Amino acid sequence: MSVPIPGADPPLELLHRTAAATPRLPWYRQRLWRTLRRGSGLFNVGFLLLVTLAAVTAPRITDRDPILSDPVNRLRPPGWQAAGVPTSPLGTDQLGRDVYTRLVYGARISLVVGLGTVLISAVLGSAVGLVAGYVEGRLGTGLMRLADIQLAFPFLLLAVAVVAAVGAGLLNVILILGIAGWATFARVVRSQVLSIKQREYVEAVRAIGAGQPTIVLRHVVPNVLTPVIVLATATVANNIVVEASLTFLGLGVQPTIPSWGSMLADARDYLAVAWWMGIFPGLALMLTVLTINLLGDWLRDYLDPTLRNI
Amino acid sequence: MTRYILSRLAQSVFVIVGVLLVVFFIINVTGDPVAMLMPPGAPQDAIAAIRQRYGLDKPWPVQLFRFFVGDAFTASGQSGQTIEVLNVGAGTVQAKLRPLGGAIRGDFGDSLRFLGQPAMPIVLERFPLTIQLMLAAAAYSTVLSLFLGTMSAMRPYSWIDQVVRTFAILNQSIPNFWLGLVLILVFAVYLGILPAMGYGSWENVVLPAVTLGAQSLGRNTRLVRSSVLECLSQDYVRTARAKGVPERVVMVKHVLKNAMMPVVTAWALDIANLFGGAVITESIFGWPGMGRLIVESVTFRDFPTVASAVFFVTLVFVVLNLLVDLSYAWLDPRVKLA
Repeated sequence: MSVPIPGADPPLELLHRTAAATPRLPWYRQRLWRTLRRGSGLFNVGFLLLVTLAAVTAPRITDRDPILSDPVNRLRPPGWQAAGVPTSPLGTDQLGRDVYTRLVYGARISLVVGLGTVLISAVLGSAVGLVAGYVEGRLGTGLMRLADIQLAFPFLLLAVAVVAAVGAGLLNVILILGIAGWATFARVVRSQVLSIKQREYVEAVRAIGAGQPTIVLRHVVPNVLTPVIVLATATVANNIVVEASLTFLGLGVQPTIPSWGSMLADARDYLAVAWWMGIFPGLALMLTVLTINLLGDWLRDYLDPTLRNI
Repeated sequence: MTRYILSRLAQSVFVIVGVLLVVFFIINVTGDPVAMLMPPGAPQDAIAAIRQRYGLDKPWPVQLFRFFVGDAFTASGQSGQTIEVLNVGAGTVQAKLRPLGGAIRGDFGDSLRFLGQPAMPIVLERFPLTIQLMLAAAAYSTVLSLFLGTMSAMRPYSWIDQVVRTFAILNQSIPNFWLGLVLILVFAVYLGILPAMGYGSWENVVLPAVTLGAQSLGRNTRLVRSSVLECLSQDYVRTARAKGVPERVVMVKHVLKNAMMPVVTAWALDIANLFGGAVITESIFGWPGMGRLIVESVTFRDFPTVASAVFFVTLVFVVLNLLVDLSYAWLDPRVKLA
């Protein structure tokens, strides 16, 4: 029978007191929001949301067809200029297609390529990296040698050469860029796994008698995720540019599909007469890439300030 | 050291063989090379004869062997015969059959675009032009990034610093080919002070070099800035200032000299970027270098030329990387252990 001693029950009391002393911060004072508000963070998020929204709701925010040509209104300047037509706020191209409409539909290609390629690279590369990090010895070093070989070669040149073999097209570009990106992920994941599996908590879990799959899935993988997410962000931005470059060269997405790369390829032949054909898709491309990169920097600092070197 | 050199050498050979396998795959997976050589509607027996002459009727291991070592051991009285092949424009031309040298001699056959010419010399002819462009871009980005980065670091968080940092991040994130278009638009179309296309005088180099160098300019400027900032806070700089060394001498002799190290390292990384960027930059500005040749050959499906170019770039690339790594190991003995 325990006799309650007066004043001897502090834990609960203390708990209440500390809970009262540190009230939950309102949302606008929490770290996520505080760090995001600094610098250009909000602009970046806003711009990317805008691009995503445009890509998703393309047929709703423009009633024009991105492919249908209109020879009467070809090469019209933006709507605010005297020769422009109000229905084409950003002008029309050499076939009379609305630049604004094509810009909106082009966002789809960029986002699909950026996200699709990164998904393939991250899954493939992380799997290889996990194996290579966990199974040291011949297999591990062999896999990393392969990654070294892949990384020792100019990426764009490799992409051009493989496109030459399998042909251009949206799906092929996604597959090529996705598969070619495995090496960086494998390297980052492997080095992370190598360091994590030496940590004490992993040793502790092993000492309790957890099986290998449990250790990997529940204790190693979650800790590898942060650098993978940071790397993925940078890769999305990079792959969007590579796709646009390939398409610009005529080696990427089919020219019939509206994409920023193909718009810029068209613009090249009409630079002297239609600046708007080249400026708007280029600005969209640059701002998208810039904001993704800046957001990636923020994400890196937010998730783990010690990762500054990736 | 010897062991390190040997293992790095072995690795380089691996890279080259790996790339060659990819090239073989590219040529042989994309269909029948003979179909591209012959005019449409050529008689079946003629096609079969050519297949036999080129060894394309053999199983793929034999073809792979031939791809690597050529006809050195197998050639038998094939050379000198002429065959009729399809010209790219229209009609057909006569082309001479010759034994294949194989990858070990850098011979991947004749170009399908410039008929009757071996592919490798066409590639080699364009190479100096690419190097010229790359050097111009490297010089531009190095000089400017050293200047801007140092200016920026000397007055951190001033307006100069802000402007330089914005300029650097813009250079880094602007897509290479769009920068080229904008530069043409501004300097060739509107201002009319620089030519948009072509090759020949020094004026032709300016816009392509600025375009190609943008990426590394952005990165190196940031690199120099942080590196100089770090050096400025070192004890030896304080010592130098304390003993009355003039500020200019401190900057040049004590700071810049040490701050150069990361930049030199970045040069090695730039090689890959510049090669990749050259493919695009040359296409935009009509620069007759290797990058443009590769893109054109891909569109013409001129595989021997693509193969030759890819092989040659790989070779240059691997050798450069090897030299860089070896020089590191020589400069810093700790590298070997890594």
